[in-house]
Amino acid sequence: MNAKRRTFLKSAGAASTVAVAVAAGLIKPTSVMAAEWNKPAFDAKGMPDALKALGSVGAADSKDILIKAPDIAENGAVVPVEVTSKIAGTSSIVVMVEKNANPLTADFNLMNGAEGYVSTRIKMGQTSNVRVVVKAGAKSYTAVKEVKVTIGGCGG
Amino acid sequence: MSMTRREFLEVLAVAAASGMALDSRQALAGEVPKNFYELPKFGNVSFMHFTDCHAQLLPVYFREPNVNIGVGAALGKAPHLVGEHFLKAYGIKPGSLEAHAFTYLDFTAAAKIYGKVGGFAHLATLIKNVRAQRPGALLLDSGDTWQGSGTALWTNGADMVGAQKMLGVNVMAPHWEFTLGAERVKEIVEKDFKGSVDFVAQNVKTVDFGDQVFKPYVIKVMNKVPVAIIGQAFPYTPVANPRYFTPDWTFGIQDDNMQKMVDEARAKGAKVVVVLSHNGLDVDLKMATRVTGVDVIFGGHTHDAVPQAVPVKNAKGVTLVTNAGSNGKYLGVMDLDVRNGKVQGYKYRLLPVFANLIEPDRAMADYIKKVRLPYEAKLNEKLAISEDLLYRRGNFNGTFDQIIVDALMEVKGSDMAFSPGFRWGTSLLPGEPITMERLLDQTSITYPATTLNEMTGQQIRDVMEDVCDNLFNPDPYYQQGGDMVRVGGLQYTCDPNQKMGKRISNMVLRGKAVDANKKYLVAGWASVQEGVTGTPIWDVVAEYLRSVKVVKKLKVNQPTLVGMNKNQGIASY
Repeated sequence: MNAKRRTFLKSAGAASTVAVAVAAGLIKPTSVMAAEWNKPAFDAKGMPDALKALGSVGAADSKDILIKAPDIAENGAVVPVEVTSKIAGTSSIVVMVEKNANPLTADFNLMNGAEGYVSTRIKMGQTSNVRVVVKAGAKSYTAVKEVKVTIGGCGG
Repeated sequence: MSMTRREFLEVLAVAAASGMALDSRQALAGEVPKNFYELPKFGNVSFMHFTDCHAQLLPVYFREPNVNIGVGAALGKAPHLVGEHFLKAYGIKPGSLEAHAFTYLDFTAAAKIYGKVGGFAHLATLIKNVRAQRPGALLLDSGDTWQGSGTALWTNGADMVGAQKMLGVNVMAPHWEFTLGAERVKEIVEKDFKGSVDFVAQNVKTVDFGDQVFKPYVIKVMNKVPVAIIGQAFPYTPVANPRYFTPDWTFGIQDDNMQKMVDEARAKGAKVVVVLSHNGLDVDLKMATRVTGVDVIFGGHTHDAVPQAVPVKNAKGVTLVTNAGSNGKYLGVMDLDVRNGKVQGYKYRLLPVFANLIEPDRAMADYIKKVRLPYEAKLNEKLAISEDLLYRRGNFNGTFDQIIVDALMEVKGSDMAFSPGFRWGTSLLPGEPITMERLLDQTSITYPATTLNEMTGQQIRDVMEDVCDNLFNPDPYYQQGGDMVRVGGLQYTCDPNQKMGKRISNMVLRGKAVDANKKYLVAGWASVQEGVTGTPIWDVVAEYLRSVKVVKKLKVNQPTLVGMNKNQGIASY
């Protein structure tokens, strides 16, 4: 059963995840395009500039943002990150890797009361805090989780 | 096996008569507890537990560490106590049988008196006796069973799989098992273990959909009490070992899924829930504060022999955490008194398995003889004689690792050498021959290639900082449970209490400070990268030993430590 599902989806192509998300109405087609691409934020080097470009300076710490990511990454090139925002009216979820050259890694815009949940894979060059910024109404909220990227080996 | 004091003394007398160096005065001083292997029955649900036997089918010597430093919350607590501190914490009498079992103190002298430990034929007898008093008792194996010996390597784990089935292992959890490759693991689980051994791991999932690869838990019934055993594989298998062995599987600690499994098992009627874990003791201690509803965690990985269960409080109750040492040296016996649907009390013993005190099980002994037969000549090759006590275990280095880095530098012609901080590997007494078998105890892995690389001083430092953080990060969830990389040629200073990037300093090679920008030739082995080729480590070390012939007293290269003066996890350093 699982093997079949796996084979089917593999043959269906790599773009399917985005297609499914679009079809489900979770992501507005335009938001996938360049139209709403926040270039200054994605190009920003360092956290202060990135947060500034996002308009999220001084975001309040929130326990209603749950970040699920490994404590130690199995592969820094594809680190799975899941974010759940329980904050009412969540309109965007931003994932940042503080120590990456360009910290802003993903910016999800949620429409029409979509559930505050995203799952993605990010690239990390070294051990770093993964910072999530959630926008709801006019306010920004934030939470953080450290993910260690190690050279590996030498396990007991 | 219920050996009385009188019988034990007879054994010692026989040993003395047969020429063993035996200090009878010390042995007769009365430090052997009466009826050492007699365990009065308690309660109605019993588990036997062993872990990290590392494929040692025959009795071996195994020296516990004199350096097992704890930092942060682990400071001064089990398992980070060594020598006298350990004896004091557990009320063990110095010079006793148990003092020898649990500490490094007077190791050589005591080992000559008490003899070797472990061995599956001896373990089998002990297990049969414990089971005889506790019909239906479950035998749990926390893994690292299919790796660690020449025969396990050459038979692709088959010798150990056969031994586990004969021993009557009911449930196991994995780590080094995965270094045989995903297909081989699947083959054993689906064919050899079918209908006999349950292989459980709640935290191994497929990379693509997050599907469970193995059964997360099993529910067994003992004395009409439904008991759930949840498996926890070593969470950092694809980090600490090559990821290419299990490319389609993802691991991790996964507390939330663990909680789900506990709740699910309880909902299905389990009155006792235990976790069979390969997290390592520090990780288990933390997990026990976060996951609720677990009665006992039976742990392994860090090779800590802890004589008592550690009770850990959490939001809904108490979880008992145990760790049962390594190399077949111990059998844990946990008796639970389960009434009115819950655990009311417990008794735990961690029994050292002294081969001289236990009659070997005939069938198991015959089996071991049979599986070894084709390899005996190869295993028994005498490579050299050692005048020093040889061991590996310890945070920074061991005498056998010193031989390995010396061999690497000599044979490869490098400036320095790295050898991984594995915790497995047996011990040899001074005067014993170093056979191929003993060398394979230290080296038999499925990625044994030796390497010679140019690295800058900065890269060398980065590697050492990285590994050091795996050992001394104050948060156990960021530790990997191995020891520090062993370093040959290079002197350094280490401050375990610092943060990553600040622990290693004063790196000196041949009297000169290491230059961050200069390139150095570094030999090593056990790379986790794919496609690395090179002479297997055992061939390199064997070549070295054959030419050396006699290993003299070794100068063990260990770092100068900062801030460890009062640490109870270090002695005789």
